[in-house]
Amino acid sequence: MRNRIVAAAAGIVAALIGAAGTAHAGKDLDAVRARGALNCGVGIGTAGFMLADSQGKWKGLSVDVCRAVAATIFGDSEKVRYVPLTSQQRFTAVQSSEVDIVMGNATYTLTRDTALGLDFTGIYYYDGQGFLVPKKLGVKSARELSGATVCVAPGTTTELNLADYFRANKMTFKPVVIEKVDEIRSAFFSGRCDVYTTDASSLAATRAANVPPPQTIDDYVILPEIISKEPLGPVVRHGDNQFADIVRWALYAMVEAEEHGITSKNVDEMLKSDNPGIKRILGGSVTTARASTATSAWDRPSRSPAARTRCGRRAASNTPRPSVDAGRSRLGMAGFVPLRRGNSHIH
Amino acid sequence: MTDAMPVGDRKPLAPPVDETGPLGWARKNLFSSWGNGITTIVLIAAVVWVLSWFLEWALFTANFTASTGAECRGGGACWALIREKFRYIFFGSFPYEQHWRPLFAVITMLAMLVLSADRRMWNWRLLVIWGVGSFVTFLLMFGQIHIPLSLILFVALAGGGIGLTLRSALAAPSERMAYYALVAIGAAGLVLRFAGVLPSWSIAIAPLSYVETSLWGGLPVTLILATYGLAFAFPYGVLLALGRRSNLPLIKGLCVGFIELIRGVPLISLLIMASVMLPLFLPSGTTIDKFLRAQVAVILFAGAYIAEVIRGGLQSLPKGQFEAADAMGLNYPQKTLLIILPQALRVVIPPLINTFIGFFKDTSLVLIIGIFDFLNTANQALVDPNWAGFPGEVYLFAAFVYFIFCFSMSRYSKYLEVELNKGTRR
Repeated sequence: MRNRIVAAAAGIVAALIGAAGTAHAGKDLDAVRARGALNCGVGIGTAGFMLADSQGKWKGLSVDVCRAVAATIFGDSEKVRYVPLTSQQRFTAVQSSEVDIVMGNATYTLTRDTALGLDFTGIYYYDGQGFLVPKKLGVKSARELSGATVCVAPGTTTELNLADYFRANKMTFKPVVIEKVDEIRSAFFSGRCDVYTTDASSLAATRAANVPPPQTIDDYVILPEIISKEPLGPVVRHGDNQFADIVRWALYAMVEAEEHGITSKNVDEMLKSDNPGIKRILGGSVTTARASTATSAWDRPSRSPAARTRCGRRAASNTPRPSVDAGRSRLGMAGFVPLRRGNSHIH
Repeated sequence: MTDAMPVGDRKPLAPPVDETGPLGWARKNLFSSWGNGITTIVLIAAVVWVLSWFLEWALFTANFTASTGAECRGGGACWALIREKFRYIFFGSFPYEQHWRPLFAVITMLAMLVLSADRRMWNWRLLVIWGVGSFVTFLLMFGQIHIPLSLILFVALAGGGIGLTLRSALAAPSERMAYYALVAIGAAGLVLRFAGVLPSWSIAIAPLSYVETSLWGGLPVTLILATYGLAFAFPYGVLLALGRRSNLPLIKGLCVGFIELIRGVPLISLLIMASVMLPLFLPSGTTIDKFLRAQVAVILFAGAYIAEVIRGGLQSLPKGQFEAADAMGLNYPQKTLLIILPQALRVVIPPLINTFIGFFKDTSLVLIIGIFDFLNTANQALVDPNWAGFPGEVYLFAAFVYFIFCFSMSRYSKYLEVELNKGTRR
């Protein structure tokens, strides 16, 4: 499912940001283009986000964002070099140009965005601290956890958040503090504690993959309360707004396409859709027909910043709308990515 | 005694049955007293119990064919996981359809190591083996190799220089002329190259598609890091050890300082420095390959440890050896290469191989800078949610492969010890 969305969204964004083919691109974008591949820093193996499969191919949500960006720039989602990075390395690697973009499940924070010479370009996952409990405990809400034994890793914000939450709700708890993830999991599943708390994504992975045999995934539930905010976003170097725009809108296009149920498989039917939202994103509506840049296909032309600027208007009047059919023949996988490298209409 | 046989025809009586053969051996060694007998029985029972439990788990109830982790659950060992993941564990993210390349790279490296283990190869052949072996290995791994002109010139300069130093007194005039010519060509070429007279030309050998180091993984990475780490660290360690015993205070100070500094920090901190700090000091846009940085860190670290091992060997030599060499009129390189080092190195074989084995395993620390060596690809296989929950199988498999390498090294060290000590044995 997600792969198809990547392909579909990539096409959309490539069409949208016609800017990807201009001569006056930012230096990071120029470097990426000259290299012929996007250097994408990924974290070290987290199931669902970034993980090499049995054939050694990187797969997951974070990886798909890189593939969409590559498809936007090159029209080919395979033109990505994945560089595995640990959490200590990830920001240095992007600062020193070793990678162009880091999809390392980095939390979007004020300090990181402002002081480190980095830019976060959107949010692809809202993580936050949650609670995993066995179903037989009969708990429906974290408010009912007073007096519970809680498994938690030491010296993390997780531990502090836990204490704060219980104090604020006038509840008590007995912490079981264990350093290693594997050991926490086995302690939790063997019943040494009633609750396991950490980031919800990790809880979901634990629940999906680590429940010991006689029990099943349905014997455990993640409670609805999320007690901290960990928005995860792609990270790029500060200074090349154009590249940052591409990353940001490649991500947003995937979100939008997924909302509308657009995939690379059904994009042909979707082009015929009467839904104005789908028409707008695919550039098939009457209002967008006169627009050349896909920016106007994305947004209503009247509201589009690109269409209102001098360049945008010139682009809108001079360049023909990218032909969907012509683009499709060039790209097997993305399906309909119209890449127009020659037309420089944004400066 | 008329029926007595002649003395020469008498046969000695066979010893009692329970004194010879397996029974005798068992009685003598296993059941020589009540205490020993009970210990033997208890230990045998324990071994049988553990072994039967292990075989039951690893063989009889094991699942070799399941297609998902869920099918594997509940029974014995899930070797189907290894079957599914072994190519990833061995070769990491190297393009799947090109796995023959790392496979042959590994075979080449093993052949290179086995050949250089043979004492008959310890002469000019060693250089040929390593030259050809390394070239083939890296050609297979990278797919394309570009040899710049400056590197060729540098090799000429270095080759000539080393020849002149080591064989100055022994070489025939024609040989010496050849060394001088090499040095002259190398030095002149390098000067011209950096002055910009010679173009930045390079030989391109590109029979295969290029695969960057960030895709390398598994066994080739472990072998390359360990083999080249130790191959470069060994001469470097020898130089450090000699420098530490030098009479020149500056050289001695530098060597002591380096060794103590490196030995005073963990390998992890050195790797993190190389991967996190170094890029910040380099000019913007310049990046040194992460793999190369890790390789250099391993070489520096191993060099310091090897230096200390070799210093032990140097100090064990009696002073007479040095004085005798001086009395023969040998210069410093000749004295060191012909008299001192052969004796010193022979003494330190066991600790040296111990260091080698240690470093072979220490290479797995490169995980913390995001390089996937053999142990780390095995780790990654565990993260796959379809196959989660079988750490035992994966780690046993990894341990088995590591054991093969480390045990071979340990046996080789034993053989070498016997072989090189033939002269001193009585």
